[in-house]
Amino acid sequence: MSDPSPNSFRTGPDEDGHFGIFGGRFVAETLMPLILELEKAYGDAQNDPAFYAELDDLAKHYTGRPSPLYFAERLTEHCGGAKIYFKRDELNHTGSHKINNCLGQIQLARRMGKTRIIAETGAGQHGVATATVAARFGLPCVIYMGAKDIERQAPNVFRMRLLGAEVIPVTSGAGTLKDAMNEALRDWVTNVDDTFYIIGTVAGPHPYPQLVRDFQSIIGRETKEQMAEREGRLPDTLVACIGGGSNAMGLFHPFLDDTSVNIIGVEAGGLGLDTKEHSASLAGGMPGVLHGNRTYLLQDEDGQIEEGHSISAGLDYPGIGPEHAWLKETGRVQYVNATDAEALEAFQLCTKLEGIIPALEPAHAIAHVLKIAPELPSDHLLVMNLCGRGDKDVFAVAGYLGITLT
Amino acid sequence: MSSRIEQRFAALKKEGRAAFVAFVTAGDPDLDTSLAIIKGLPDAGTDVIEIGMPFTDPMAEGPPIQASYQRALKGGQTMRKTLELVRQFREGNDDTPIILMGYYNPVYHYGVDKFLADAKSAGVDGLIIVDLPAEEDSELCLPSLKAGINFIRLATPTTDEKRLPTILKNTSGFVYYVSVKGITGAAAAEATGVAEAVARIKAATELPVIVGFGIKTPQNVAAIARHADGAVVGSAIVDCIKDNLDQDSTASSGLVPAVLDFVKSLAAGVHTGRDK
Repeated sequence: MSDPSPNSFRTGPDEDGHFGIFGGRFVAETLMPLILELEKAYGDAQNDPAFYAELDDLAKHYTGRPSPLYFAERLTEHCGGAKIYFKRDELNHTGSHKINNCLGQIQLARRMGKTRIIAETGAGQHGVATATVAARFGLPCVIYMGAKDIERQAPNVFRMRLLGAEVIPVTSGAGTLKDAMNEALRDWVTNVDDTFYIIGTVAGPHPYPQLVRDFQSIIGRETKEQMAEREGRLPDTLVACIGGGSNAMGLFHPFLDDTSVNIIGVEAGGLGLDTKEHSASLAGGMPGVLHGNRTYLLQDEDGQIEEGHSISAGLDYPGIGPEHAWLKETGRVQYVNATDAEALEAFQLCTKLEGIIPALEPAHAIAHVLKIAPELPSDHLLVMNLCGRGDKDVFAVAGYLGITLT
Repeated sequence: MSSRIEQRFAALKKEGRAAFVAFVTAGDPDLDTSLAIIKGLPDAGTDVIEIGMPFTDPMAEGPPIQASYQRALKGGQTMRKTLELVRQFREGNDDTPIILMGYYNPVYHYGVDKFLADAKSAGVDGLIIVDLPAEEDSELCLPSLKAGINFIRLATPTTDEKRLPTILKNTSGFVYYVSVKGITGAAAAEATGVAEAVARIKAATELPVIVGFGIKTPQNVAAIARHADGAVVGSAIVDCIKDNLDQDSTASSGLVPAVLDFVKSLAAGVHTGRDK
């Protein structure tokens, strides 16, 4: 496969894992044979109907798919513009879209004969989903999590431990998602024979960005079908939040060649882009190489990686999936951001108007919906990916609102 | 004209001994101390100097080198200062090879062409970039070779017969055999397994094979030197730097001599290794 055809945004990556100049395989030599083996195993699985039959079965009976496409009537009324739908991946087993990818990857691990699972986690959603599938398939599991994130996501830490996972606090760097990923890579390079690394987002060395996207694309495929059923046509606008970008890529990818569909990714604006306290790598970063791929990174003038900041631990990552970097440069997807304060307000508004407590991550997407929906006509169909539920965030939100819970 | 690396290994071959390769991080714990250590390394018995280019996210490094990179970055080390350090070393030494080791992002960010030109003029002889496997050769490896700088590739315990030719294809100067599956400074290398691996690599290339990762003591060094063309010590040296910091994390007056004494003891291990 050569460069993606200009007629399609859906043919990438090329055989070396590139989306334009982004992506690639920037890993230590120790990992190269394993990454090539994973690529081959995934290629074989893609040609095996039994692989997908098992995944479909798990999606239906274990995850609870398809997730509903819900018309958010009161939020629509509140905005007085576009018709707002939520793709409700927060209703999945484990409470977020992360399970879609974890089930796919653990099936690959089993095909490859791997007997030990590792993962990194930020908000803990990917850690919980990984610990869940590891429990389900009886494999030992180690989760690396930044010490700072362990503090602000205590309920998820306990869930992982209940599920039998060992949660290892990472204190290097700022003790957040980036450092957890470094530590998981160090574990992997040390235990390369028996260990499968379930990467939680559309980043990392090829083939991870591709396979995570493929496992998450069920979100977009279902949305397309459900919207056709309900409204008889394609949606007009898609909105999703972006840390690494897996829920967004899952929603966007099936629509990339539908040129009538306006696609918007919402990065974490933190305290604002005029400060250094944000995680908007596309808006505030530059191309660089980290964690196995070339992509946009928050970095200083000497190429040192800077720590992201976001109210949401799941968006607090200084990079972004390479396919997003490419979609930005091609102009196919528009990338914007929402601040901590805007997300916090959207979190409360959604909870009050719809009776749905969103995670702080999709609260950023809701915040953007609140900005654009009022300006759009009432027949404009807008889909927001509600990719996680906010139960894990209630303690943190109480803290931000100055409320003490006993 | 052959490179300093090639000349050094040719000379060592004549002498019938292995090379001692010392790793330190540029700017650890500060620029002046770091320069003083590096200037003292040749007389302490170092045949090849590896200088770490500090990076915030060194994925293949264990705690000692992570901490060393952190100390250097905290002290304000930059790529420009690292190249300047090499230039200053070169003012007093024209024959000890200097290899810069690190991760791709700081190089990429500096600009590949500018980096190669500045590195060459500063007196850098080779590069080891941990996160640039053969699949990414067009990034820096091929431009380096063109610029007259050796690009040294890592072979690892996961490098099988099928993979080995890929690794050897564009590598030059020497082959760096990573003796353990894992990160720097962790498990100790097993000399017998290393001997087999080195023999396997040497059967496939004329290049010298140097062994690193998990080598910490003069005894480890001596054992490795019996089988390989050289041994690298890094984590143990930067730990020696750490152990000689004052309470406020600045260099103690005894730091430079303590580090160079330790290096002398390690180098002696290499120089006597083949006699035993």
